[in-house]
Amino acid sequence: MEAGMSCLTNPPPFWKNGPQPGGIYNFPNSSATHSNTSESQRSAYPIVTGTSVLGLKFNGGVVIAADMLGSYGSLARFRNISRLSKINDSTVIGCGGDYADFQFLSSVIEQRVIDEECLNDGFGFTPKSMFSWLTRVLYNRRSKFNPLWNVYVVAGYQDEQPFLGYVDKIGVAYEAPAISSGFGSHIALPILREEMEKNTNMNENEAIALVQRCMKLLYYRDARSLNKYQYAVITKTGAAIHGPVVPETNWEIAHLIQGYE
Amino acid sequence: MFRNQYDNDVTVWSPQGRLHQLEYAMEAVKQGSAAVGIKSKTHAVLAALKRAPSELSSHQKKILAIDDHVGVSIAGLTADARSLSNFMRSECLNSRYAYDTPLPVSRLVAMLGSKSQIPTQRYGRRPFGVGLLVAGYDSMGPHIYQTCPSANYYDCKAMAIGARSQSARTYLERKLEEFPENSLNDLVKHALRSLRDTLPSEIELTTKNCSLGIVGKDQNFTIYDDDGVTDYLAMIEGEERAHPPPADEPAEAMEAQDDDTPAAGPADPTVGGPEVMDS
Amino acid sequence: MSSIGTGYDLSASQFSPDGRVFQVEYAQKAVENSGTAIGIRGKDGVVFGVEKLVTSKLYEVGANKRLFNIDRHIGAATAGLLADSRHLVEISREEASNYRSTYGASIPLKYLVDRVSMYVHAHTLYSSVRPFGVGMILGAHSAEGPELYLIDPSGVAWGYHGCAAGKAKQNAKTEIEKLKVKDMTIKELVKEVAKIIYVVHDEVKDKAFELELSWVGEITGGKHELVPKDIFVEAEKYAKEALEESDESDEEEL
Repeated sequence: MEAGMSCLTNPPPFWKNGPQPGGIYNFPNSSATHSNTSESQRSAYPIVTGTSVLGLKFNGGVVIAADMLGSYGSLARFRNISRLSKINDSTVIGCGGDYADFQFLSSVIEQRVIDEECLNDGFGFTPKSMFSWLTRVLYNRRSKFNPLWNVYVVAGYQDEQPFLGYVDKIGVAYEAPAISSGFGSHIALPILREEMEKNTNMNENEAIALVQRCMKLLYYRDARSLNKYQYAVITKTGAAIHGPVVPETNWEIAHLIQGYE
Repeated sequence: MFRNQYDNDVTVWSPQGRLHQLEYAMEAVKQGSAAVGIKSKTHAVLAALKRAPSELSSHQKKILAIDDHVGVSIAGLTADARSLSNFMRSECLNSRYAYDTPLPVSRLVAMLGSKSQIPTQRYGRRPFGVGLLVAGYDSMGPHIYQTCPSANYYDCKAMAIGARSQSARTYLERKLEEFPENSLNDLVKHALRSLRDTLPSEIELTTKNCSLGIVGKDQNFTIYDDDGVTDYLAMIEGEERAHPPPADEPAEAMEAQDDDTPAAGPADPTVGGPEVMDS
Repeated sequence: MSSIGTGYDLSASQFSPDGRVFQVEYAQKAVENSGTAIGIRGKDGVVFGVEKLVTSKLYEVGANKRLFNIDRHIGAATAGLLADSRHLVEISREEASNYRSTYGASIPLKYLVDRVSMYVHAHTLYSSVRPFGVGMILGAHSAEGPELYLIDPSGVAWGYHGCAAGKAKQNAKTEIEKLKVKDMTIKELVKEVAKIIYVVHDEVKDKAFELELSWVGEITGGKHELVPKDIFVEAEKYAKEALEESDESDEEEL
């Protein structure tokens, strides 16, 4: 970075090869003396990105959905990538944001799942433990100023209850009956919430239909989305990822929209 | 006192393929006062005999809480037990912090095993001189584990360790079939009776020398001492005591012996191999 | 030349005048004090069997298994000190994990065996550590077919069609040699493995034992796993019946 900037944040030492102010317990030339930390830059923006992830609880389970686009800026670069990952029969995670970071964390999770399979002791990730662990990892990374540039939606079924949680790159985490990340928080979430208020005891099919409606809506409205998506349903009987689904779309009224050319 | 040339170091195998230093460390467990652990389908119970090292001292803690769902009873070097329980507590906290989940008891014990193995193979650090009975409850139910200085651990239906614990094990083996269906009170009674069997006939269990630890379904690990054990002791009071089979270990004075008083001398090193070995 | 009392057998870092490292031999002795473990490589996979001696009624059934998963596709059976075995298993799992993290693929068994045997061997070079008291049998089934190796406390590792470690390894090897293992499927072998464990078990010296069986092969989809309950029960029944038959014929001979 620019030298001027660094003078403010990391001033040069007053003198060299001597005791540092505030560091009188360090002796000169010992390895413990403060070295001039060289500047480095951390990821300041994502590269290949995924857009919204939707999640919705229903009576007896959860459904989550994410489209299959990996955008490179505004370029629709990768059109067939999965942003949902099944951890085990009770847990699925969905991811938005930097796709490479997602792949990195996925491989870490995969190894952990294998480690637990090897132990064969009847224990494994649960939705809650996955959610807690992800929160710790993401918050830790952001505290080192080196975040994993992702949003994760954790969906699962545990203790006879559906589970749905959200964690983002700065470690903000919460649980909610309806969750969306990214552009979907503006477009889809209000609809999910409204429908949930109207129908407080939604069943599986109603929930899937609602999420599908929102995915289509997002494709109409979100320029970083694709009309090809996957959705996963997690219930007492297990977890399954469905799709890819390619919904029918209708652009007849498109010519009426003007002023954006 | 010097017995053979192979017993000075844990890094030296004897020609028979044994590790005398480990076997001696196992002896340290037998110097500690007795501890018993039993489980039913719903609960795990620890009972232990406390000693007062001197007239001026109170009876020393034998049962330590590790987490809401785990506790241990110790026999052997108390200081080693403290360092191990410190480790266990931090592992349990870690699991709750990272996974928002109590650490499975089997994994906790396996971690302890891995930690204990290192000083059984490397020069410079002696093995831990303490045996633990770990009582815990997790989603797989209640557990009793026994851990050893040899870094072995055993998933047990019931177990007794420490001085004269053979009498307690005899009792436990005899009643083994009953435990799974036992109510909590019956389980405590069995634990106390088997613990009492380790005592010379002129000594009784009292509120001073007896300690209980209970964990189970919907019950966090709780330690009962002093007045807390009065009601439990009353349940077995007045029962006729089993005449213990001739003790295989000398009936040392039960009081006035510190946990880490040096052994009079390890038992004949040519016996006692099996527990160090896996078989 | 005898070992005891010469002073040349107190350290793994010392040769005896006739060129032996007695500490390694003593560690091998420790393996031979333990219950027997065997592995057989058939035409479509590998089967492991362990004779687990049970020294107290107070232990839970199935506790202290000596069959381990190293990775999804690799299994291990051990004989010797259990604590040492577990340590070595942890090292092996770490190797498998590191390989996956670097290359994004499952570790080839040959590579794993090379790495782990180097670790075992490193413990035979210094006086500050003792050699492992473990014989570890490793097996997998890959696209090239089944593989089976045994790592010795010396750090030596050979590939085998059938191998054994522990108390009755000689008897077990003799029994394995009677079989045409190359032509047998693991479904057939699992029964024979159970039988061998029952045959070599010494009822007089060691009373109680538990049989452990696991396999990896085509029918498990290349995954190492404990033999399913129903097949296990069948194999154990076959072993017990075979043992009774041979007892009867022994009596007739007498």
